Amino acid sequence: MGMTVVQKILAGASGRRDVLVGDVVEPRVDIAMSHENAALVINQFNEVFKETGRAPEVWDPSKIVIIFDHRVPAESAKTATNQKKIRDFVRKQGIPNFHDVRGDEGGICHQVLPENGYIRPGSVVVGTDSHTTSHGALGAFSFGIGATEMAAVWTLGRVLNVEVPGTIRVTVGGRFPEGVGPKDLILYLIGKLTAEGANYRVIEFHGDAIRSLPMSGRITICNMTVEAGATSGIVPADEETERYLREEAGLSGPFDRVAPDRDASYAEEVAVDVGALAPQVACPHTVDHVKPIQEVAGTKVDQIVIGSCTNGRFDDLETAARILRGKKIAKGVRMLVFPASWRIYKRALKEGILESLVDSGAVIVNPGCGCCLGVHQGALGDGEVALSTTNRNFKGRMGNPNAEVYLCSPATAAASSVTGAITDPRKVG
Amino acid sequence: MAKVVFKIGDDVSTDTIYPGRFMATVLPSETPQHAFADFPEINRMIREKKIEPGSVIVAGQNFGCGSSREQAASCLKGPDLVVVARGFARIFLQNSINLGLRTVICPEIEASEGDELEIGLDSVTNRTTGKTYAVHPLPKARQAIVDAGGLIPYTRKLLLEKK
Repeated sequence: MGMTVVQKILAGASGRRDVLVGDVVEPRVDIAMSHENAALVINQFNEVFKETGRAPEVWDPSKIVIIFDHRVPAESAKTATNQKKIRDFVRKQGIPNFHDVRGDEGGICHQVLPENGYIRPGSVVVGTDSHTTSHGALGAFSFGIGATEMAAVWTLGRVLNVEVPGTIRVTVGGRFPEGVGPKDLILYLIGKLTAEGANYRVIEFHGDAIRSLPMSGRITICNMTVEAGATSGIVPADEETERYLREEAGLSGPFDRVAPDRDASYAEEVAVDVGALAPQVACPHTVDHVKPIQEVAGTKVDQIVIGSCTNGRFDDLETAARILRGKKIAKGVRMLVFPASWRIYKRALKEGILESLVDSGAVIVNPGCGCCLGVHQGALGDGEVALSTTNRNFKGRMGNPNAEVYLCSPATAAASSVTGAITDPRKVG
Repeated sequence: MAKVVFKIGDDVSTDTIYPGRFMATVLPSETPQHAFADFPEINRMIREKKIEPGSVIVAGQNFGCGSSREQAASCLKGPDLVVVARGFARIFLQNSINLGLRTVICPEIEASEGDELEIGLDSVTNRTTGKTYAVHPLPKARQAIVDAGGLIPYTRKLLLEKK
């Protein structure tokens, strides 16, 4: 019986020849990532060792990665104290892969992991962040877990009691039209599948349109699969994966390209033709409330956000700068840009992209999660409307339950900043 | 018998259960004060401990979608609430099982605030309306963790078995 990519990865990581959907396995973990919520993981980890007579000791410090991104620099004494506690733990446990609040190594976890070569095709990656699905873009099985589950991983090096998920095979054909990108594709797909349509399943991506995408676009797509409820998204590794790993992540091969068997069995198959796709917008207050842009064009906005683990990569900033070059952000609108990592920030700085965005009126925020989760750096006022390239628009998401968040691509965000209202990027020259 | 103290619809996200702005609070003893922070009435009842242990939140499909933040489970576990939902999002359900928050998957549940429910292993009976609804078992991989009293004791047992 054939296996999907995730079945193959789970079989290998569990020391089995094959696994069936629904089997319960305990895969070994290659990378275990946490951000500031490591403060909670540490509490739970210490709890596991209580009354055992053993000193808390992680199973393998070299496989743990900790990256500060959600509230950087610390927005409160509480966060600063949590961060301090994590730094102490990192030192004590000898965890070498720690990315502090630093311009030479920091950024958002889902960007820092791939660009530093932590992710390899075929590996099992867990993270205490729901958007850990991002790393499926490199052909890994990568999924979000809670802090207590991570405490168990830190203890044993395995994820306990994982049911092998069924897989939805999504084949994306056609060529992306001008002004339409990976973000539009994933928003469209979430609208089609609904917010729980992929619950307990993995979405495996195939097709010419996926193969044509550079790694950045694939990360955008896998990042948001969790918004359809998916355990993870995955793009089987190919030439682009290898190019990215060598040229951008600094790894050397050979890489294990895990492909699905021809006779793999899928829970569902979906076909999408991007050639017919218009820019898409997710309307308040659910990510699956997706409409083609013509239905929401003209909606006035107060704040525009470009960045995050979904769309804060170099080509996203470059797209925005290209659309905005020589133009001004409309009066009464504020635009925040937060690159996904300091590496991206520095490249955009050197290539004049940040200067160009600032000249148009944008505010550049330091790499990190920024206002996406509603803690700091751009909370919304009562009754305000935001248009954002981030991944969630739940009520209260940007810090205010009396505000509205729309989600879109970087091109749509940039075009809309010129007019002050949701605007089709194909109509801004 | 358990009273329904709060009823809420489909796709209730972790941002609704535990808004991101309170994520720096991690201690389970402190998270309940921010539970449903943007729903002042239920939040006040939880904060002021005016809810009987074992009281019920009834929800629709996909309860707990969104973030992996465990505070969304610990803030309901603190006051010993039970969540009866038509369906749960994956990470939230796993977090609840890991922390011992009682979650009941009841795909047809119909209940209003103030109703009295009788929650059994296989079914939920709404004593107020007289109707009974089937309960879906937890995914089999998770029952062992529930039986152990949560993931911490379960992991501790495995740790002690390890050489």
